[in-house]
Amino acid sequence: MLAIATAVSVDPFVFRLAIFTLACFVGYFVVWSVTPALHTPLMAVTNAISSVIIVGALIAASAHAFMGSDAEVKAAFGMTRFFGFIAIALASVNIFGGFLVTQRMLAMYKKKG
Amino acid sequence: MSANLAAILYLVSGVLFIQALRGLSSPETARKGNLYGMAGMAIAILTTLLSIQLSFGALVLILGGLALGGTAGAVIARRIAMTAMPQLVAAFHSLVGLAAVFVAAAALYAPEAFSINNADGSLHMQSLIELSLGVFIGAVTFSGSVIAFAKLNGNMSGKPIMLPMRHFINLGLIGAAVVLVFMLGGTGGVGASAHTLFWALTIVAFVFGVLLIIPIGGADMPVVVSMLNSYSGWAAAALGFTLENTALLITGALVGSSGAILSYIMCKGMNRSFISVIMGGFGETAAAAEDDGVERTVKRGAAEDAAFIMKNAGKVIIVPGYGMAVAQAQHALKEMANLLKEEGVEVKYAIHPVAGRMPGHMNVLLAEADVPYDDVFELEDINSEFGSADVAFVIGANDVTNPAAEDDPSSPIYGMPVLQVWNAGTVMFIKRSLGAGYAGIENPLFFRDNTMMLLMDAKKMVEEINKAL
Repeated sequence: MLAIATAVSVDPFVFRLAIFTLACFVGYFVVWSVTPALHTPLMAVTNAISSVIIVGALIAASAHAFMGSDAEVKAAFGMTRFFGFIAIALASVNIFGGFLVTQRMLAMYKKKG
Repeated sequence: MSANLAAILYLVSGVLFIQALRGLSSPETARKGNLYGMAGMAIAILTTLLSIQLSFGALVLILGGLALGGTAGAVIARRIAMTAMPQLVAAFHSLVGLAAVFVAAAALYAPEAFSINNADGSLHMQSLIELSLGVFIGAVTFSGSVIAFAKLNGNMSGKPIMLPMRHFINLGLIGAAVVLVFMLGGTGGVGASAHTLFWALTIVAFVFGVLLIIPIGGADMPVVVSMLNSYSGWAAAALGFTLENTALLITGALVGSSGAILSYIMCKGMNRSFISVIMGGFGETAAAAEDDGVERTVKRGAAEDAAFIMKNAGKVIIVPGYGMAVAQAQHALKEMANLLKEEGVEVKYAIHPVAGRMPGHMNVLLAEADVPYDDVFELEDINSEFGSADVAFVIGANDVTNPAAEDDPSSPIYGMPVLQVWNAGTVMFIKRSLGAGYAGIENPLFFRDNTMMLLMDAKKMVEEINKAL
């Protein structure tokens, strides 16, 4: 019974792959419907949203070694927090800069009259 | 916060990002779309903060990073000139790439924090491969974007740099990267040797990114910027797999396909294959064919002549190019259009897909000068209208109006879709000199009878026309 149960369970990787594949198609259709006049704001806003990579940086910046870890592991966690800090700063430039510059550009597009 | 709730909130944030791009289908909905994007980002960040254990030290690091980067970003966004958007976007790409490198490094140094470790502390082979992909693409995005930035910003010549044997060097680098990934897999991601291999892989990717962009000439920059946009998305997606994060996966896929589609549109706008753009060297050989020894005459005009003709025209189509942006002539141009409209002239703008240095660049510059977006038309929508126009007013554009693209199979730009300005009654070219275009190709239109050359700085010339009107 146990063997059968494990045989039918699907690796979670496959679910992520499914989300990713479907999102590629969504992206394909959504981006084709973007008017060419807004291609520059499109690039600016994609910059901003791809900085959602900050979620990884936040986890890194808050990484703690378990109590009683040896010095080497502690050092590695120290580096991790440092990497996290740098990545947070870099991604924040994009998040704030990307959304704000997009907003600034979009505010300029006006209709006739 | 429970892992399931967090996963659902990440999904919500991914959907909001889709909405942000969806909004860009028209300028009316775009502003709302941007707000959706901001909301999506806020949800993703708050969800993460509520899911992790925050010590005081971590909170200081996080708030410090956010404040530092956020302030810099906000200041840049407010101050940047619209002409400099291509450089800014390239710079932003490089930051995404570098952030991806550091996140991947963090996942390798402390897999426990990301729960991707085996019981013995080593990493899953699958995670190692995802992470290697993420760091490789991220590093290529970073160094490639830095080169693109330098070229666009003028810190570096736009001329292609062709290293001898560069294809072999590139293949060698890819081979080295594959070997390093295998070796990294062999270590299980544990210990100093894994860290060394990781940084070696990063350096190989940095070099590869530089070599990928330096042979690409300035005329192909719109493709490069779009391509790096795509890479930054794929880097995020690869790390989305490692971190098992839906928001990151969806965003990576969106951005990756967005950049890929923009690259395709730009390539099509130039009738170039993506492969030939990557191989580089465009704009290097063309200049040689320039001087065939035949003396040809051009008809030069003055501002008063141009003003007189346009005032009496029924319809004027303005064709702006990057030269307009360089001369900062967009505001004077808008004034000219207003003066003409007061005279009862119909004024429209025609934009070529590769005008400017990035997709849609001209539209932003015209919007900045308060040109209503419903006066601005894309190539396929307006090309048939040149026949009914009395004047085609070409300002700072050249190659995108070159008839050689349609009738001279020996021309390097043969087959590229162009704006058929020659069908208009009179073609006016504002240029600083009679030199060849950015791609180094001579434009036979300059020597036609119905062409009037207005040789001066674009802004000055338009201002003089305005005076004469």
